[in-house]
Amino acid sequence: MNVLAFLIPVSLILGAVGLAAFVWTIRSGQYGDPEGDAARILMDDIPPDEDRS
Amino acid sequence: MTFSVPGMSCAACIGTIERGLAKTPGVKAARVNLTQKRVALRSDLPSDDIIATFDALGYKAYPLDAGVLGQENDPIGRDLALRLGVAGFAMMNVMLLSVAVWSGAADATRDLFHLISAAIAVPVVGFSGQPFFRSAWSALRVQRLNMDVPISLAILLATSMSVYESLNGGQHAYFDAGLSLTFFLLIGRFLDHRTRASARSAARELAALEAQTAERIDGQGRTLTVPITALEIGDTVLIPTGVRVPVDGDLISQAGLMDRSFLTGESDPVAVSYGDVLNAGEVNLGAPIQLRATSVGEDTTLRRMARLVETAETARNRYTGLADRAAQIYAPAVHLLALLAFVAWIVISGDVRFALNVAIAVLIITCPCALGLAVPAVSTAAIGKLYELGFLVKSGTALERLAEVDSVVFDKTGTVTVPGVKGPVAQLSERDRGIARTLVQHSAHPVSRALGVALGETRPRPVTSILEVPGEGVHGRFGGDEVFLGNDGEGLVLRIGATVHRLEQQETLRPGAAEAVAGLAHMSLPAQLVTGDANHRALKVAKALGIEKIEARISPRHKHRLIEDLTTEGHRVAMVGDGLNDTAALAAAHASVAPSSAMDASRNAADVVLLRDGLGDVPRLFQMARATHRLSRQNFAIAAAYNAVAVPIALLGYATPLLAALAMSVSSITVLLNALRVRYAK
Repeated sequence: MNVLAFLIPVSLILGAVGLAAFVWTIRSGQYGDPEGDAARILMDDIPPDEDRS
Repeated sequence: MTFSVPGMSCAACIGTIERGLAKTPGVKAARVNLTQKRVALRSDLPSDDIIATFDALGYKAYPLDAGVLGQENDPIGRDLALRLGVAGFAMMNVMLLSVAVWSGAADATRDLFHLISAAIAVPVVGFSGQPFFRSAWSALRVQRLNMDVPISLAILLATSMSVYESLNGGQHAYFDAGLSLTFFLLIGRFLDHRTRASARSAARELAALEAQTAERIDGQGRTLTVPITALEIGDTVLIPTGVRVPVDGDLISQAGLMDRSFLTGESDPVAVSYGDVLNAGEVNLGAPIQLRATSVGEDTTLRRMARLVETAETARNRYTGLADRAAQIYAPAVHLLALLAFVAWIVISGDVRFALNVAIAVLIITCPCALGLAVPAVSTAAIGKLYELGFLVKSGTALERLAEVDSVVFDKTGTVTVPGVKGPVAQLSERDRGIARTLVQHSAHPVSRALGVALGETRPRPVTSILEVPGEGVHGRFGGDEVFLGNDGEGLVLRIGATVHRLEQQETLRPGAAEAVAGLAHMSLPAQLVTGDANHRALKVAKALGIEKIEARISPRHKHRLIEDLTTEGHRVAMVGDGLNDTAALAAAHASVAPSSAMDASRNAADVVLLRDGLGDVPRLFQMARATHRLSRQNFAIAAAYNAVAVPIALLGYATPLLAALAMSVSSITVLLNALRVRYAK
């Protein structure tokens, strides 16, 4: 059962990392233009955006 | 600056537009948002130049008023998404720990797992549950019950009871149930918000399209194009022919001819003279005029009327949605049941802790979760589908109200008909057509505009000394001949010298109008026509549409009365109308629809705005509304069926946290999946 002392924090930390990543995606406005982003990835000649709001 | 570019629909458009704009000197940065069909750019160029650039690229662009558009990124949506994310994270972790407990972890391990769960769950419930607690509290404060009251109670009781159990080494803890309840319900809340936010932003976009620029004349007599928001009291404003008056003001030109239909509902032009008061929203039909602004922005008549409409709307917002009506029955029933179980078990076993456990299990298992998802999930799916079909549904309860409608009232002018001109326009000689073209260009009268459409691409001929006489027509000279276009007392004529061409004024039906009436009749929704126009014209249109009931020569006030009378007779009426004169009727009707060509205020008053030109899809709107209603009820039935199985188990004291978690997840998912069927509803 000692392995629990190790595994539980690991699982919590991994979850927290996922949560932090989710919060970051919201904050940086990555859900602002889902259709456009889906199309942009296929094009080489459009510069990636520099100012998302 | 932001532009709306409805025509961009494909991936390649992004490249064309962004590269094209980047090459334009004066444009610093351009960014396409394909989802919203908007382009944001930074530039010093006037918007006309940028529209020309879009034209050259092959797209039609419309400037959007930044003031009306307001704040773009939706803070409430982000807040809900954040709470949803936190709840999801916590739910997954607690679920992992719970699985261990369900599969038999005992004694110290179980207590440890419960305590860890508590450490995660308590702060998360406090954070993520806030939207429910706030709404429940504001309902309770005015002594009402809404869906959030049983939800908040279940979440809070489950959490606090579980904390108590964990601290005392109890066997059952409902942290996972409390968290998944929060999580699933936040999904419902988020969907609800998303639907409303996208409808709102589309409605705002329509409003932003309306507001444009005005021509201000400065001290030196120069004309400057400025945004309407920049106008101040005392400014001199030039109003070209055919342009809407941007602000209230006094006329400082000698005479003018105004279309006041938005105020009065009468399409006959009104003659005004020096010093007369002009209201924002009137259209200048005569020669260009000047006015001195007396009130601007929010103080104009147009805005005041829009606010009146908003007030009228709040009255209708008191309509209780299906979900709230369900809550009014459901909440007391559940609370009573839990209380009875509590009392009964104290009497039977004398064990307060066990009795409390049972009562809480009842509260959790009755699954307000599926109930909270039942309506928003269906209406979100339906509203999304309707948007694809060209309907903008503005209010959350609009679909429910549309489903209850039993008759439909159509406004005639501007809604089922659009002005047109019949007659030998095509047989006119090239020269005569050119003359007519020039005359038409000098008048903004609706008939002139319709004739302009009928003339199509014709090279204008030079006509001199053009004069528009209100109520008569346009006079001018072509070479040595006197020319005239207008009403000679018997009808519409084009007179060139001694030759007289008789043109016939005719209303053309909006595309799909007859199909719409037939489709509605098929759904046993009888249509009715109301109009301020003369009887014979109304009869002709009604015959063409297949409408039997007509009310002609009705003034705006009486339209409103007509709707109210029908309502008192017990009918549920849907009104389809466009003019500002219809606004009161739109607001009074049980549900209302306006075409996108309608005035700002009418679109504000209407529940649904038609984004496409034709009316042919209107029956589809009612079908979707009925399907939404049917599926919402089905969802309630599904939730009730789960309860019918789970509640007796909980009452008998056999409920376990595992059973609660299963009942909740399965019923929520069934309800969600059932909701998606609305997209394929016939």
